[in-house]
Amino acid sequence: MTAPLLEVTGLSVAFGDTTVVQDLTFTVEPGQCVALVGESGSGKSVTARSLLGLAGRGSHISASRMQLSGRDLTTASERDWRRIRGPEIGLVLQDALVSLDPLRPLGREIGDSLRLHSTLSATAVRARVIEVLRQVGMPDPERALTLRSGELSGGLRQRALIAAALALDPPLVIADEPTTALDVTIQARILDLLTEVKSRGTGILLISHDLAVVSAIADRVVVMKDGRIVEAGPTRALLESPREEYTRRLIAAVPTDKPRGTPLVPGSTGVLPARSSRWTDAVGPVLEARSLVKTYSRAGDRFRAVNDVSFEVARGETLGLVGESGSGKTTVARLALALTRADEGDVLLDGAPFSTMRERDRRPLRSRIGAIYQDSLSSFDPRYSVRRILTDALDTAPVGDRSTVAELLDAVGLPTGVAESRPLFLSGGQRQRVSIARALAARPELIVCDEPVSALDVTVQAQVLDLLNRLQAERGLSYLFISHDLGVVRHMSDRVAVMKDGRIVETGTATDVFTDPQHPYTARLVSDAPRLTLPS
Amino acid sequence: MSELDLRTAAASAAPVRRRRASVGEMLAGLFVLFLLVATVAPGAISWIDPNAISAREAFQPPSLAHWFGTDESGRDIYSRVVAGTSTSLLIGVSATAIGLVLGLGLGVLAGFGGRALDFTVNRVIEVLFAFPGLLLALLVIVIAGPGPVTATIAVGLSTAPGYGRIVRGQLVSIRSSGYVESARVLGHSPARVLTRHILPNALAPLLVLATLGIGQAVVWAAALSYLGLGAQPPAAEWGAMLSAGRTYIGTAWWLTVFPGLMIVLTTIATTVLGRSLTRRTGGTR
Amino acid sequence: MTPGLQTTNRVDRSRSHRVLRWLLVRLGGAAFVLWAVATLTFFAIRLIPGDPAEAVLGGPGSQASQETLDQVRRDYGLDLPLGVQYLNALGRLLTGDLGTSYALKVPVADLLSAQLGGTLILAFSALLVAWASALALSLWSTGGGRIAGSVGQAIELTAAALPHFWLATVLIAIFSSALGWLPPVSTGGVLGLILPTVTLAIPLAGFLAQVMRETMLDTLDAPFIVSARARGESEGGIRLRHALRHASLPAISLSGWALGYLISGAVVVETIFARPGLGRTLLQAVTLRDVPIVTGVVLLVALVYIVMTILTDAASRLADPRLRTAEGER
Repeated sequence: MTAPLLEVTGLSVAFGDTTVVQDLTFTVEPGQCVALVGESGSGKSVTARSLLGLAGRGSHISASRMQLSGRDLTTASERDWRRIRGPEIGLVLQDALVSLDPLRPLGREIGDSLRLHSTLSATAVRARVIEVLRQVGMPDPERALTLRSGELSGGLRQRALIAAALALDPPLVIADEPTTALDVTIQARILDLLTEVKSRGTGILLISHDLAVVSAIADRVVVMKDGRIVEAGPTRALLESPREEYTRRLIAAVPTDKPRGTPLVPGSTGVLPARSSRWTDAVGPVLEARSLVKTYSRAGDRFRAVNDVSFEVARGETLGLVGESGSGKTTVARLALALTRADEGDVLLDGAPFSTMRERDRRPLRSRIGAIYQDSLSSFDPRYSVRRILTDALDTAPVGDRSTVAELLDAVGLPTGVAESRPLFLSGGQRQRVSIARALAARPELIVCDEPVSALDVTVQAQVLDLLNRLQAERGLSYLFISHDLGVVRHMSDRVAVMKDGRIVETGTATDVFTDPQHPYTARLVSDAPRLTLPS
Repeated sequence: MSELDLRTAAASAAPVRRRRASVGEMLAGLFVLFLLVATVAPGAISWIDPNAISAREAFQPPSLAHWFGTDESGRDIYSRVVAGTSTSLLIGVSATAIGLVLGLGLGVLAGFGGRALDFTVNRVIEVLFAFPGLLLALLVIVIAGPGPVTATIAVGLSTAPGYGRIVRGQLVSIRSSGYVESARVLGHSPARVLTRHILPNALAPLLVLATLGIGQAVVWAAALSYLGLGAQPPAAEWGAMLSAGRTYIGTAWWLTVFPGLMIVLTTIATTVLGRSLTRRTGGTR
Repeated sequence: MTPGLQTTNRVDRSRSHRVLRWLLVRLGGAAFVLWAVATLTFFAIRLIPGDPAEAVLGGPGSQASQETLDQVRRDYGLDLPLGVQYLNALGRLLTGDLGTSYALKVPVADLLSAQLGGTLILAFSALLVAWASALALSLWSTGGGRIAGSVGQAIELTAAALPHFWLATVLIAIFSSALGWLPPVSTGGVLGLILPTVTLAIPLAGFLAQVMRETMLDTLDAPFIVSARARGESEGGIRLRHALRHASLPAISLSGWALGYLISGAVVVETIFARPGLGRTLLQAVTLRDVPIVTGVVLLVALVYIVMTILTDAASRLADPRLRTAEGER
């Protein structure tokens, strides 16, 4: 039996008196991918940084054993670390505009590791950078040398980040949320690339919050919570028969392939929206969009953000709108809310004109359509407490039919105590609940939900999605549910519309669209979406 | 798209500590307190008549009797510095007020007046910026003649375009903010959105800015006095005192050093307080 | 699978087009601002109470006869309607004629062109010194732990708060009167340039250092710094190759403003050090109400300021590719 590539025993990391990682033990073999999975605050990223000696100022690291290819890391000096980082361990960060220095061309950024750790000549460095760029599938690598991070798309930037980590061919690569900000189809390509890297014998330590991503590539999974290991084991065994309660919760919270109405939080009762014929058949749709067109001009070019989009949302129904970044989803949301004027087409509310009226006349009708956003914090006036936010919204409800702040908080499952807090001091899940409560205050018939759970941890996401479903069942609400996440959309929607480049390419019931996609783009989206490989 | 960012890990690792006032902030606060007392009740902290002439006591270096020494006519410099506080601060505060009101006017016109007005006001601000620093103030003085009142107005005018640009930026960013949009989605009227959301959020940082601006205005006004274009020498104004003491710099340094120190300390104190206000009201720094 | 590079190809082709458009817009804007400054000063000067002809002859105290006044009015074109006077002034301006000084009776353009050089030398040397010391200070204060950080901040704050007139006086007291190392007047030569330069540079350096330190701290927090560390880059390398560049960006873009600030400061500094230049000329003209010189200086300074803003803008675009491709991003 060969020695493991990376062996960590009893790793603890503390900042002052706060211990953020405690007694962590795991190994990575050559050519193996081990995933550290956990929600925010679980200590997974700090762990990754500690393995590079980069936990940061004020950190205290202790481990009974931390060995890389048989070499002891616990006694490494800053000088030693600088010789380990790069040739021994490569790091791939989450894609962001600034994951690579925006002022320096790719050639320099990637070439830096070669320049630091080898005696190659300038031409040899250049040749190696081109080689490694080609290896990660960068189109036209010679030209790419001169580009800077701002000139690349997210997917290509992520490839460049991987290239930088691979430049010295290190035996171990640490990938910290390498696909998190990427679109589904691009995410799938990056995962393919990492699988290829793995097949060449490189060990990968993958840090992720997303079990579905992990199940696609990892050989072993280590589930972390609050700095400790909850459970570890081979991926398949762990997903199929989790031993720990938390792991089960984590798996249950993934909405992909969970039928509509099933609760995502174990133990709570499921509610299938009781869609009586009173809502769906007798009356027309709540919201109807007819041939919407919206054109923006960008850098001299005019481009159609929304191009001939029509849909309707029936009473008590959820229409899911799914698409990748730049597909025009958010513009559709703004058009539906009449926040932006459409160039062509119109929006009807209960069969009556909504988007074409004057703002002054529309204002009384606005309380019938509510909205929830991804970034709920910025949708609250920074000076307002939760109570003020809600009373402010209650003013728009019909007189004589107003809830109290306490009732609203109760409806969204928040304790009355939060009323006096400011949203800044609440957790992401609590903020989104406040934002739902605000939307409910005006007694709307329809709520436009624009990526409402994209910024939340998966177990929190599960709670919020369950809440939205319960409210819909109790109050007969309709949702226009916008998301990039196919799993979430499928779980939430009765019907689904798929958007690409400003157009709706396919509409149908959720089941039809996801099991029997008609449009090739939908088919690609569905096949690229990572899913948990669970026994049926 | 989701903006799960890399810093959350670092942020959660380093616990957020609620800031207590730092030593610098406390010293700045004390100094401002001193300035306020010197303005309201100069007699409470100085005991010698600032204008009492005594030829025998001319050019006394700092001592227990005369903390900051005496000038060429034997007047006590400490008393004169204290007495001059009200004049210098009054000029600084009024100039800042003038600049703020004009800047607010410009900013509101640009921020709310529609596209054409926004364009026009922006050009006006751009043109005013082409008179850098004291130049605009000097032009005003050429037109209206020197004197403390003109100097105040002149300094106020020169600071107006800067405030105007900031107010406009503030209004534009607040108008397109998530919370204003939420209020619109709820169906609140424009008047209500303006009074409950836009104005309160735009004005708070402006007050901070004013705090920072007072120090600058005091310096500029003192510079004009120093050049003989503001308050004139016999007056106990810091800039004018400096100007009068300049002749004796080789033999009696205390004539210039102490009034100058007051100006420097005033600027530092207002800057420190302004910044701590910015931090506390939720600004970035 | 290659959408990224295709779009950048398109960016490439339109790059020269965009640079040209940028330049035209900036030049057009500059012409407009200059015209507006000229117009504004022309009409503002008319607000001065009293007869300009009397001002030419030395003010109301001159007791000039009616004939002399008429003669002056004809000579200076003051008898013409205001609109014609304005157009005449603009026309002369286009040919570089700034009028004749009331007090000195010489063409303003000749007078100012002799003074401009001295002021620009002073302003640019101060800018250079301020830049270098701000860079050194911010590098030191961000690299030496908490104490260096606080000390650096205190130095910045104090430096930025020092008024030119006081600093000049104190520096003269120390280096000329007490130590006798440097001349208190700056008539010429490098030695005479030192004190005025330092006086102008210190407060500016304090201000620039604040901006640079903050940018540097922000940069050191950025993900690409983690990437750089993770490939084994040393602290020095990180500062040299990454932080320094990012920290100089705001300093570059502030240079246009800084030059304006320095020229305005030159009014005080040139006066104190009895150094010939635009600032001292301006102050004398303001005191004597010599209107043509005042307008001339104002226009000249506006011109220098505008040219400098365009230059710094171009430098910023060169140094920061994000400004060039900003439109291409989502």
